[in-house]
Amino acid sequence: MPHHQLIVVGGGLAGLRAAVEAKAAGVDVAILSQVHPGRSHSGAAQGGINAALANHPDGRDDTPQKHAFDTVKGSDYLADQDAVACMCEDAPRAIFEMEHWGCPFSRDEDGRIAQRPFGGAGYPRTCYGADKTGHYLLHTLVERAYERRLTMYIEVFVVSLIVDDGRCRGVVAYDMLRGGFEAFTADAVIMATGGAGRLFGNSTNAIISTGGGAAIAYRAGVPVKDMEFIQFHPTGLLTTNILMTEGARGEGGYLINDRGERFMRRYAPKAMELAPRDITSRSIQTEINEGRGIGGKGYVYLDLRHLGADRILEKLPGIRDLAIHFEGVDPIEAPIPIVPSQHYTMGGIDTDMDGRTRLPGFFAAGECACVSVHGANRLGGNSLLETIVFGRRAGAAVAAELAGACSGGDAAAAGRQAIAEIERRVADLVARGADGVDPYAVRAGMTATMKDHFGVFREDGQMRVGLERLTLLKERCAAIGLRHAGGVFNLDLMRTLEIEGMVDLALTVACGAIARTESRGSHARTDATARDDAEWLKHTVATSAEEGPRLDYRPVTLGAFEPKERVY
Amino acid sequence: MPTATFRVRRFDPALDVGRPPRFDEFAVPYDGSLTVLEALFSIQEQQDGSLAFRYCCRAAVCGSCAMYIDHRYRLACQTNLRHLHGRVITVEPMPHLPLVKDLVCDMDAFFAKYEAVKPWLIRVSEPLEREIEQTPAGRKRLDMPIDCILCGACYSSCPSVWTEAHYLGPAALLKAYRFEVDSRDEARRERLPAWANERGVYRCHTITNCSEACPKELDPTEAIQWLKRAAVRRRLFGMRK
Repeated sequence: MPHHQLIVVGGGLAGLRAAVEAKAAGVDVAILSQVHPGRSHSGAAQGGINAALANHPDGRDDTPQKHAFDTVKGSDYLADQDAVACMCEDAPRAIFEMEHWGCPFSRDEDGRIAQRPFGGAGYPRTCYGADKTGHYLLHTLVERAYERRLTMYIEVFVVSLIVDDGRCRGVVAYDMLRGGFEAFTADAVIMATGGAGRLFGNSTNAIISTGGGAAIAYRAGVPVKDMEFIQFHPTGLLTTNILMTEGARGEGGYLINDRGERFMRRYAPKAMELAPRDITSRSIQTEINEGRGIGGKGYVYLDLRHLGADRILEKLPGIRDLAIHFEGVDPIEAPIPIVPSQHYTMGGIDTDMDGRTRLPGFFAAGECACVSVHGANRLGGNSLLETIVFGRRAGAAVAAELAGACSGGDAAAAGRQAIAEIERRVADLVARGADGVDPYAVRAGMTATMKDHFGVFREDGQMRVGLERLTLLKERCAAIGLRHAGGVFNLDLMRTLEIEGMVDLALTVACGAIARTESRGSHARTDATARDDAEWLKHTVATSAEEGPRLDYRPVTLGAFEPKERVY
Repeated sequence: MPTATFRVRRFDPALDVGRPPRFDEFAVPYDGSLTVLEALFSIQEQQDGSLAFRYCCRAAVCGSCAMYIDHRYRLACQTNLRHLHGRVITVEPMPHLPLVKDLVCDMDAFFAKYEAVKPWLIRVSEPLEREIEQTPAGRKRLDMPIDCILCGACYSSCPSVWTEAHYLGPAALLKAYRFEVDSRDEARRERLPAWANERGVYRCHTITNCSEACPKELDPTEAIQWLKRAAVRRRLFGMRK
């Protein structure tokens, strides 16, 4: 049974940064990842990462405080302001560190890191590498992981936590290359498994962004926070929901309706196409709902043609390739058909600024966590920043905690018990076999329900119908059968095991959204259109209970910025 | 709804070791657009749960799903039926690599060779307070190699890899090039011995399969030729990059 002081689950930016930090502090750390870390979904991020470097001529007055203000305003005042300040103040250091480790940021004429305007930001603050910033950052950290000789267990799929005597003591995982389950014991675990985009049928996210880590934690009794806040990115490709970066509008791209109008004039006359994502997605959806989609259909255009071939090829080569390969459209010659698409999970495992959760020994960082720095609506360019700032902090916090404590003793017995539990669960699934409920029908039902009932605009009756469907699906989970047992690289096993957890997370989104009778950030209700600070300036905390999610609320940490109406 | 037929190479390590290749045929309905990756999921969910393949981003950036589709290296996610001629599509794992199961190849040797070239920025100067400056022209030299997604198509396609198990292969050498051309890199002797030898650049016979196979249209052959010239330059004119 492998044992390490620290197990980091997930090899994306947050997990890698946490592991590098812990290892530098002398901790025996291992990364467990379902894919090679270089294939993680962090690599799909495009537009950039925010830091008040003041490199851009129009951004000379920029400061971390202004970055914090934009972030808090963007969050519709639901972000915790101490956490936001921590992130924004650390941002320049974090960017320079990634640059020193080799990240190939684009450059301005002075040889400094280039910055571009982004939605909801008062200055051009988003550092970028063309439109492939996530790919470049991810490979930089993977390279650093190899340099530091990090232990990595690659293609192991974590299915549950080992909890012993009220403390997290490791994880159980399916070893994809060898077949079978194995316990990895530890003195601490950091969950860094990314978002839950694939709860929705219209996500920009990678196929593996199923919310697995958050679901495993939630089912082990760890609360999740603010799950009702789901970001819809304004510009996903029409047929695949593949991301077209906000950087396309940062470089000057237009959003155009069927009449050829730049309709953002009506919704955000100052910021125009660079309003925050919640507002821009609602504006597009309103155009579509009112019949001004292209040809009266359910999409609008992202038009880049006026930028010219040179600028597109230099600044936006990646999205040009994606538009050509996946939509058959060359943005140099034609506008790109786009539609708002699920993009980011603002909520997640409830943590403090050091990644600590309510379960001792269990930490979380990155999109699977909720610190919260994004509140009700994340600004573009802040998610990559969150991963490297709070991944590092979590790694450091674990190192500090382990340095002062003696080892928690042998967790092998608890590990064996956890393996026995998962093997019992699999045996039940196999016993039902082809007579059981089809797991993929449950998945399809859930993704359609989330897309149709918990989308850009929400309304009580519609959400309650959605909740009923999810409740039925949850009941059916108990009867799911596994058709293909055993062997290596068993996708049927992995995809079946994660479905119930996905439905559990979907229920936290649904219940949180129905309960919150206001509109704030990404949570926009047609039957309660105003923000209600008197009643709802608070975080939703969902805990798993017999009857479903139990909701509690916690005050928001305010600070320098008093809640005000958001105007862009 | 029309259907397309997918002839999928199967391999089960428990049954098929030493046996001739085995193909299963699956009919998959499609409505206008269908990628090979979508077809594989449809098969796995509805026809044969045991089908194994790698996947992640489905947007051609993670490098998981490189396969041999209709006898060409392609990313399954990026390959739509509209890119293919017939409606009978042959899907095989990348050839010349050990198999794990079905379309999943063993990539351990590939990543061991990646690691062998020390694929990280090497600095000896004191760390700066701010970024290390780099001119836009200097940055432009990185454009090609940093787009590598480590999918392994070039490595699988290279006859020099097939015949010399220790040859680093085009992906690892492209990565070495990525750092050797970076104006910020200060490696002197740290990386050079890993690639300037008969298991490195001198094993490349400019067959150019790699550049043809690359689904991101990168040019490892050109990078390797640059490294060969750089090695000679450094021998003749000292260790300056």
